[in-house]
Amino acid sequence: MIRVTKRLGLMVLVIWLAASINFLLPRLTDRDPIEERLAQALGDSGGSAVGIEEMVEQYKAKFGTDRPLWRQYLSMLGDTARFDLGVSINYFPDRVSQHVLTALPWSIVLLGVATLISFVIGTFLGALTIWRRSSAWLARIVPLFMVLAAIPFYLVGLILVYVFALVLGWFPPARGYSVGLNLGWNPTAIADVAYHAVLPALSIVLAAIGIWALSMRGMMVTVQGEDYMNFARAKGLSDRRRFWRYAVRNAMTPQITTLVLSFGNIVAGAILVERVFVYPGIGTLLYNSVLLVDYFLIFGCVFVLILTVAVSLMLLDLLYPLLDPRIRAGGEAHG
Amino acid sequence: MARALPATPLEWGSSRRRWRSVLLYLGRNRSLGAGLLLLLALFTLVAAGHAFYDIALAEPLSASPGKPPSARYWLGTDKQGRDLFAVLIVGTWLTAKVGLLAGFFGVVIGTVLGFLAGFFRGWTDAVISLLTDVFLAVPPLLILIVIAANIKGSMSTDSMVWIIAALAWREPARRIRSQVLVMREAGYVNTARLNGTGAFGIIFKEMMPNLLPYLMVSFVLATATAVLASVGLEALGLGPQNEPTLGMTVYWAIHYSAFLLGMWWWVLTPVITLVVLFVGLYLVTAGLDELANPRLRTGGAR
Repeated sequence: MIRVTKRLGLMVLVIWLAASINFLLPRLTDRDPIEERLAQALGDSGGSAVGIEEMVEQYKAKFGTDRPLWRQYLSMLGDTARFDLGVSINYFPDRVSQHVLTALPWSIVLLGVATLISFVIGTFLGALTIWRRSSAWLARIVPLFMVLAAIPFYLVGLILVYVFALVLGWFPPARGYSVGLNLGWNPTAIADVAYHAVLPALSIVLAAIGIWALSMRGMMVTVQGEDYMNFARAKGLSDRRRFWRYAVRNAMTPQITTLVLSFGNIVAGAILVERVFVYPGIGTLLYNSVLLVDYFLIFGCVFVLILTVAVSLMLLDLLYPLLDPRIRAGGEAHG
Repeated sequence: MARALPATPLEWGSSRRRWRSVLLYLGRNRSLGAGLLLLLALFTLVAAGHAFYDIALAEPLSASPGKPPSARYWLGTDKQGRDLFAVLIVGTWLTAKVGLLAGFFGVVIGTVLGFLAGFFRGWTDAVISLLTDVFLAVPPLLILIVIAANIKGSMSTDSMVWIIAALAWREPARRIRSQVLVMREAGYVNTARLNGTGAFGIIFKEMMPNLLPYLMVSFVLATATAVLASVGLEALGLGPQNEPTLGMTVYWAIHYSAFLLGMWWWVLTPVITLVVLFVGLYLVTAGLDELANPRLRTGGAR
């Protein structure tokens, strides 16, 4: 439980940090985001600046920027703690949470599925490369995946779009579902969404396999030198049984730690994948809010992404004892 | 198992023999060799381009827009009238500059923090470790997005360096701290301490020379991370708006749906350059890791 508490504490600190930066920076630079945005919006719609002062005052009252700084700060912290992300500047009466919550499921499903697939394949491949009886082509292909892991997901995605969507035309180049599709839990809709998700998911999977293969390989090297491996061999256990029950089983636990460490980066990398594919998740929302300079929406997206990472890591922390009997028995063991 | 390199480079003989053994080592450490070769090729191209190509063509409206690759424009031009070969030359350098500078500052700050924490222990260590833990718990890109979004309009490659360096110290700090923790118990450090050498003497005369390989790995790693972060921010549209860094080129290409306009060269030029850069940096890091940490040498079949 201490691990979970520590993780929770760290995440609260991180969110507080992000919220504070987001609060302080625009005020340090002596710019007024709302005034700027309104002037820009007026300019975009070709309107005149008559009465803009009045509008600014109204908006300021609405967003609370005319109060003293420390009170703004405290109320901002209070709102953040209550998951109240405020009102979007661009989609004015809409609340930030409304937009974020529509986008979130898309991101979670895409990321969850892609991470799961790459984790399973990568771990398995990484384990096989070290196993004595594995074939030679595997020893060649796995380093290739490790090199792929050095390339950010979205660059892999751009290459995939070019090859599989534009040159070959096998998959749609963008969007999360066909135009005019009636979204719902019917087979046609699910098939359409899955079809659109193939390339975005593949770009994450291809680049992430190497991460898992690399760390699993390292673990397997250690495990293979252990006495119990020799013992299992001496007992005459079959190759298959030694591989799965002895080697992989023991090398898997630290692999979860790697998942914990890499997950944040995977989430961050997926933001740009969504942008490349105009996928309707948080990443695309974030991109659009950056484009429209919607500070509240930008912070809302970042907040939810940090929260997603935190919650996933806590789930993993809770899951960890199930995989590692040593922790189950002895409370606080190694990190 | 490959034979280990002589422990200290200082023992090597004449410079010719020295170069030969470096080359021999690169032949054995294939990852380092291949990585250096890739980076060398890329930067030779960049250097040659700076010397022989008209890099003013990287400015918008300096070439006729939307042209496919041809004898005149080797890699074509984008919709805003930039020659993409010139962009490659200028952009690779800008991107590398941001990465190298941010990586350098990150390693310097990280080394100081790592030493303070690992050498002096006590509450200094507690504070620094907590700070490192908090910052390591954040996906760096997310915090960078918050910072960059707030100064979007006035972003330049210089401010980019500082923003990225603000988070680039975390990994080096952790690496150096754990290394210092190991080293302070080492025999030669104890001997020096018994000889009456002060903290400064121990740090700079005894520990630093032994730490050099780790610093090198940390630097390359920090550079790679910094390039990754800067290109990521730029691809989101948060980079310097008027400078043709590789990330900004990717951003403009996506922004104007270059693929749908059939302008594949606009996307593929920065993407492939970045792939070469990232793979090169990765291979060099992996190779240097092996150099700094000989236990990793697997040397063929195991």
